[in-house]
Amino acid sequence: MKENDCQDVFARLSELLDRELPAGTCEDLERHIENCPPCVEFVESLKKSVVLHRTYRPAADPPQLSREVKQALRNAYERMLAARGAGK
Amino acid sequence: MVTAVTIGSNPHPLRWGVVEPTRDSAGVDQELARELLGGSMEAFERFVGAYHDKIFRYGYAMCGQREDAEEIAQETLMKVFENLGQLREPERLKPWVFRIAKNACLMKRRKSVFAPRSELSLDQLMPAKNGEGDGGRLDIADWSGLPEDLAMNAELHERLRKGVHGLPEIYRSVFLLRDVEGLSTEEAAEVLDVTTDVIKQRLHRGRLILRKELDDYLHTARKSEGRTTP
Repeated sequence: MKENDCQDVFARLSELLDRELPAGTCEDLERHIENCPPCVEFVESLKKSVVLHRTYRPAADPPQLSREVKQALRNAYERMLAARGAGK
Repeated sequence: MVTAVTIGSNPHPLRWGVVEPTRDSAGVDQELARELLGGSMEAFERFVGAYHDKIFRYGYAMCGQREDAEEIAQETLMKVFENLGQLREPERLKPWVFRIAKNACLMKRRKSVFAPRSELSLDQLMPAKNGEGDGGRLDIADWSGLPEDLAMNAELHERLRKGVHGLPEIYRSVFLLRDVEGLSTEEAAEVLDVTTDVIKQRLHRGRLILRKELDDYLHTARKSEGRTTP
């Protein structure tokens, strides 16, 4: 186990978790992690952090769209459809 | 015990598991776009219901103000319906909408004074090591007590929210698109006009910053517990 293997894991961990690395690179990193308790601890903490932060929601809920705004959106949609139909 | 898992078409098992993607099915968006272009009022209602919330969430996290987020959501939806006829690839609906939302955010907010001038280095985000050599431990808090159900812990939820809002914006926008809204690396690159390598780099740094924030919080919480426990 070498220090720079830990640094490789640290540098590429998101790509590993997101399956965005070539298979061979994944296997090399995983082989290292399996035998490196500090890396295991770090990997697990990052995974948990990602899962938790994915639940992000704003402190405020979005307000309901007013009837006027909804109607303006519907009008824009219908104009787009009409223009699209006319263009065909 | 560590269980090997294989997900999707990935040809190799990942012993250390993966973070399950939060992706909406691309097929669902593609179908929705086709129905919208076909003139379905039911699809219109469905789209407004789903994307109003998504764009509000993105706008709120990028601008920090409820009023700005609401204006961004309304302006984005209006532009979407005005220009939907120009959407050539229905499967690109989501990145196309978020690209419009991103531009609406850029018009709305001032440049953050906290934005780093350049990418943060990984060394700044790596935990310190306790002890020398291979046996040295990283200075990581005990994460085992974190609740799985965040609804049960308002304090932690607030802490996560602050962490996200405190991210430098170049990392925040990538984190929101990739991890919260579930866009792929390619889609996020399309929205933000950068390469996929930049998206990967910024997502990783954003995640590392958020992990560190949470780790610091857990360290502090543990110290407080220690002080109150006889």
